[in-house]
Amino acid sequence: MKVLQALLVLLLTVGIGTVHGAEKEMKVGFVYVSPIGDAGYSYAHDVGRLAVEALDGVTTSYVESVPEGPDAERVMLNMARKGFDVIFATSFGYMDPMLKVAQQFPDIAFLHCSGFKMADNMGNYFGRMYQARYLTGMVAGAMTTSNVIGYVAAFPIPEVIRGINAFTLGAQAVNPDATVRVVWTKTWYDPATEKEGAKSLLDVGADVIAQHQDSPGPQEAAEERGKYSVGYNTDMSAFAPKAHLTAPVWNWGPYYVKVVEEVRQGNWKPEAAWPGLTEGIVDIAPYGEMVPQAVRDQVDAVKAEIAAGNDRVFVGPIYDQGGNLKFAEGVAATDEEMLSMTWFVKGVVGTTE
Amino acid sequence: MLGMRVAKRQEPLGYLGSCLVVGGALILSLLLSALLLAIRGTPPLQGIVTLFQGAFGSPWALEDTVLKAIPIYLCALGVAVAFRLKIWNIGAEGQFALGAIGATWVALSFPDLPKYALLPAMVAMACTAGGLWGFIPALLRQRLRANEIIVTLMLNYVAILLLDYLVYGIWKDPASHGFPMTPVFSDGAIVGKIGTTSINWGLAHCILLGLIIWVFFRFTRIGFEVKASGDNVRAARYAGLPYDRLVILVMVISGALAGWAGFLEASATVHRLQPSIMVGYGYTAIVVAWLARLNPLAIGFAALLLAGLRVGVENLQLELQVPAAFGGIIEGLVLLTVLAGGLFTHYRLVWRRQQ
Repeated sequence: MKVLQALLVLLLTVGIGTVHGAEKEMKVGFVYVSPIGDAGYSYAHDVGRLAVEALDGVTTSYVESVPEGPDAERVMLNMARKGFDVIFATSFGYMDPMLKVAQQFPDIAFLHCSGFKMADNMGNYFGRMYQARYLTGMVAGAMTTSNVIGYVAAFPIPEVIRGINAFTLGAQAVNPDATVRVVWTKTWYDPATEKEGAKSLLDVGADVIAQHQDSPGPQEAAEERGKYSVGYNTDMSAFAPKAHLTAPVWNWGPYYVKVVEEVRQGNWKPEAAWPGLTEGIVDIAPYGEMVPQAVRDQVDAVKAEIAAGNDRVFVGPIYDQGGNLKFAEGVAATDEEMLSMTWFVKGVVGTTE
Repeated sequence: MLGMRVAKRQEPLGYLGSCLVVGGALILSLLLSALLLAIRGTPPLQGIVTLFQGAFGSPWALEDTVLKAIPIYLCALGVAVAFRLKIWNIGAEGQFALGAIGATWVALSFPDLPKYALLPAMVAMACTAGGLWGFIPALLRQRLRANEIIVTLMLNYVAILLLDYLVYGIWKDPASHGFPMTPVFSDGAIVGKIGTTSINWGLAHCILLGLIIWVFFRFTRIGFEVKASGDNVRAARYAGLPYDRLVILVMVISGALAGWAGFLEASATVHRLQPSIMVGYGYTAIVVAWLARLNPLAIGFAALLLAGLRVGVENLQLELQVPAAFGGIIEGLVLLTVLAGGLFTHYRLVWRRQQ
């Protein structure tokens, strides 16, 4: 009898605990790869976090500058043990560590940005940044007079290569003679190195500098030489007011709020989410005043078309650097093909190594 | 100055005195850190408590700290060997990378070997590769009189580029969607965990290697020669000690130990090779070696302290949203106050007599 009583009490307590749990404050944690003061990638995620923080009954916290490896696993374990309900990890290298932690804490919702692995309580997400890259490529292609566009890029991984290809296809859509020269810095956030990378491109005749980096270094280089620039992550016009044409930007708020609400209502399911212009997760920053109205109208028209669901970015005919036909007339790349892209399209000068 | 002057001690401060000085310096650095927190508007006492709770305040926090201290300890033990001879090996970072590369090569080439054969082979290759990375600057120093500080520092970049080349190229996992990482090692290539803890057997390697280095300096002739040559090169040469050979020896040992750390990091914690394995342990090791005055046991404590600061600062971020850079600031403050406190080993402050 004693045992039965004890069991009953236990069950009741658990029951009350669960009911009570539904009302408790939700805790949402974010893991960032760089400091939020980077004005770039992590800053954009943190703006999204603040949108979640503004919800009623939700508190958020974050850990920044977390190296992608065992340190990330420790940071996420710490969050999980402290009873966080949702954890977002915002860099590719957090994928395997997150998977390990997710298996130990089945009641927590884990979301990993930019990877591909999933579990019963772990989903992944990223934005179709290539759509915004295509639009900024159109602007750059219209504004270049030397037909050489410089692109300071971080690492030769599919995300970056896809962006360079989309940008190049956009530039060529308005200017078939445009070429895109790529330098790799092998850094995500190193203002000095990235600025030097931009200078080396300006030295070989580039008159528009685009970037896949988190620092505004390349923007400053373009501004100093009196050339144009295309930013990344957030509106970087404050760093280069005379150079900044536009930038492909992140707008994570709506997605983060949606996920947190779903988890709170108990109907969140792990998925591989890849929202884009349609959902408003990516966009382009306001045009600089040097961009003529005709160019703005042309780009805005394509933006409206893509947002309406007609994603024309990776639709053939598309040739690689060697002139081989990769996608035939009218054939669209699948998501899988885009996510594992390791080759450059025709018109890119540089190697994927 | 404030009615005091600095006077040289007749005898350097003893063991107990040194401990007091280091302890005092640590407390001072924490007070300064608390002051900085207060300026930021973070409650300082709560901040320091949160920091230490995150580093040492729970079983898993301790485990995390020990895990992080393992590679730092081995790298620091290595640079300390070279520093004893006043050979400035700044290249632990690169030697660490080479060790990881060497171990990975064995792990990827012979994945089917049983554990008892594979792990020793990985250690041997890691130490050879790391030792080679220490041998090159030693050789250049002797043959071309190239400054070892510059060469070891620059070889760090070469090593990291080599690692990048391998993981972006021939070693890239075909299943990684183009991302830079090797396939996961086979089970036989992974150093396991101790019992039910999350701490791996690397801890035992650290204790064993620390003992060996201690015995080496305490009881062997070559160890004595290294110490003697480090204290006075000219006297050592005059006494006929093989200085040039000692330089090569300490650099190879130094590199091998850092290489061992690279092996452990690849095998026990990451289970593969990837660029993010490089998080600056080789540089932290220099700080640790100096804090510990090159003593193997003290290096253990210093490694735990700096590992704890790195781990604890994450807790500080999570609970009180203090920026990540604060960790670097505390690390710098600790180093600064402890090194400055070193003044009191040989000097003391005396009150000026009233004239």
